[in-house]
Amino acid sequence: MTKDECKKVVLDIIADIAPDEDLSNVKPEVRLREQLQLDSMDFLDIVMELRKRYGIEVPEADYPQLASLDSCGEYLTPKFNALPAKP
Amino acid sequence: MKSSRIVITGVGLTAPNGNTLAEFRGNLLGGIPGVEMMDVRYMGRWPAGICHYDPLKYQKKKELRVGTRAGSISIYCAREAVADAAINLDAMPKDRIGIYIGATEHGNVETENEIYAISKFNYDTKFWSHYHNPRTVANNPSGEVSLHLGITGPAYTIGAACAAGNLGLIHAAQMLRLGEVDLALCGGVSESIHTFGIFAGFKSQGALASHADPRKASRPFDRARNGIVVSEGGCLYTLERLADATARGAKIYGEIGGYCVNSDASDYVLPNPTRQAECVRKAIAHAGLTADAIHIVNTHATATPQGDIQECEAIRAVFGIDCPDTWINNTKSFIGHCMGAAGALELAGNLPSFADRIVHATINVDDLDPLCALPGLVLNRPQAAARVDAILNNSFGMLGINSTLIVKRFVA
Repeated sequence: MTKDECKKVVLDIIADIAPDEDLSNVKPEVRLREQLQLDSMDFLDIVMELRKRYGIEVPEADYPQLASLDSCGEYLTPKFNALPAKP
Repeated sequence: MKSSRIVITGVGLTAPNGNTLAEFRGNLLGGIPGVEMMDVRYMGRWPAGICHYDPLKYQKKKELRVGTRAGSISIYCAREAVADAAINLDAMPKDRIGIYIGATEHGNVETENEIYAISKFNYDTKFWSHYHNPRTVANNPSGEVSLHLGITGPAYTIGAACAAGNLGLIHAAQMLRLGEVDLALCGGVSESIHTFGIFAGFKSQGALASHADPRKASRPFDRARNGIVVSEGGCLYTLERLADATARGAKIYGEIGGYCVNSDASDYVLPNPTRQAECVRKAIAHAGLTADAIHIVNTHATATPQGDIQECEAIRAVFGIDCPDTWINNTKSFIGHCMGAAGALELAGNLPSFADRIVHATINVDDLDPLCALPGLVLNRPQAAARVDAILNNSFGMLGINSTLIVKRFVA
């Protein structure tokens, strides 16, 4: 998975947890909370959806890594690529 | 403050057969029920009362995703009531508004959903939602209204089984009289159809209604009645002290006349007609009335074989045969049992009688149970009344809680 694909995964999750938001112009380098109405519970949603949908665990100490789409891409791409291949 | 007169100035509701008071009343007078078949998790299809209000009329999608059905119903009803009362909340001190919402139960829906959800993950609780606690705390419905409207006064839920809708109003009247608040949003709500447990529980009790035609499933007083139709719904009122309502030129639906809440102290589920009659008598005395001055008795009867007979026994004991101007009806025959919303919704269905002097019927009575043959029972078509000056609303619940609320025609 590329970093861009990884960002798309996160954006798709955000579309579900913040359905009123316009996500067409999210700036990847800007903190998500600065451009979208997201609170701490929403970030827990992102963590939960990564766990449910992809089996990816984000330890609490790493939550700051989810601050922006760019940082999500940096942090999550190796995790996606380390997932065991589906049979 | 004790002598303050308390009046109803706004009504917001959603019922299985109407999302405004006008629509609800129109269907009650038109004999149109709102029960349909619904898929119940693990149980197949059962008759249920489903509300069809538009949740997006007042809430954003995210609010709906994070909140509960009971919270959404509460917000819809609160917004409708405030609009109906023509109250500008922004012009009021938000800490002087109270939110008192009755609920039969709360939290079962979310708990069942979460258990079902983690069953897909081998019951690993790391998939349990972080929203579970804010969704299941007992004050959730009132708290969601508080968050939505920015109301900073007291906001809590009153747990009182199926008497809860009446208790929301009664408690609000008390708080207004104590001077604790200047405006109350009060009544009751129910999201019960979204928990299979309530259906399964009634079925295990032998008290869940079944009928090939769901519109005929809720049939209090009929010999063929076989149990409760579980329904969702909500009804919230704006209550104010008369002086405040008059000062702002408010429309007044009626005045809180009197009330009583008591307990059977005799059984977990079986009603006690002696205590019910006592509750009704005390409410009438509290209103400063006599039984013959009550012109509409809206019964609690849920269409269980035994419960209907016992309430009729209580009503017969109070009203006997000496109340020729007293009419008796039942709203559940149209909408099933809206649980925590029942008392508040059923009162709303009758409030317009002060203006039109028509008593809505009890429908689905094809073969009246002789043990339920009360004088003045309005069956199958509406009844014109000579006068409607006082409406008495019964709501009873499990663990033996009884409530009777009397609303009087407003006379300045």
